[in-house]
Amino acid sequence: MLNVGLTHFLVISVVLFSLGIYGVITRKNAVMVLMGIELILNSANINFIAFAKFGNFGLQGQIIALFVIVLAAAEAAIALAIVINIYKTITNINVDEIDSLRD
Amino acid sequence: MTVYDIIFYLFAAVTLVSAFFVVTNRNIVHSAFFLLFTFFGVAGIYVMLGADFVAIVQLIVYVGGILILILFGVMLTNKIVSVEIKTDTIHALPASIVVGLFTGAIGAAVLNTKWNVVETPDPVPSTAAIGSMLINEYALIFELLGILLLIALIGAASMARR
Repeated sequence: MLNVGLTHFLVISVVLFSLGIYGVITRKNAVMVLMGIELILNSANINFIAFAKFGNFGLQGQIIALFVIVLAAAEAAIALAIVINIYKTITNINVDEIDSLRD
Repeated sequence: MTVYDIIFYLFAAVTLVSAFFVVTNRNIVHSAFFLLFTFFGVAGIYVMLGADFVAIVQLIVYVGGILILILFGVMLTNKIVSVEIKTDTIHALPASIVVGLFTGAIGAAVLNTKWNVVETPDPVPSTAAIGSMLINEYALIFELLGILLLIALIGAASMARR
């Protein structure tokens, strides 16, 4: 095995991103879709920090990663509030059955 | 193979294996707990990249905040009769084919690109430098994010109470 470099971190990020996409596509529960989105945001953060380190951009990548973490926290709070409201309204949070706007 | 490499592969294995279980486990509560290990592994990868402050923030915000929020979301949106909170998967086969092709494409792009890697100095503690950057170059974004987080949390609280 070769020494750990930029490519290793990028491959980790790619696989994590794909697993997140897979979770978003296949899970029916809205909370599980949210977990997939968290995986995707984490993979983006790994990319930011890896490029900042191996491209010698100083700390800018880490600061962007901090901003992404803040946005993820806000997004999780809003999304869970929406999910809880949906559950109160139609007692179900399966994303393939919430289609009343289509009719 | 140095100690650095061994620790990297350890954290990578923890991250990817638990992420795989997050998206494939049928029990939502188990998925949430595997997500805990994924976040720990990602924090370890941040440490490997010399981002100590981001790793600690990852642990505090993700593990201490978002994961607890998600667990509350699971608990509040299911009729709890036992620990078994199941959920189905849909389109598993087509999704794995498409995602596999996607992974192959992006992975091939990553592996075949000649990255212009610069030799970097050894990582130093970054907390003080990040703090001074946040109140100098990035002051506006920092304030805007604070306002955004405040508005988002107020909105979430008022929406969830309705």
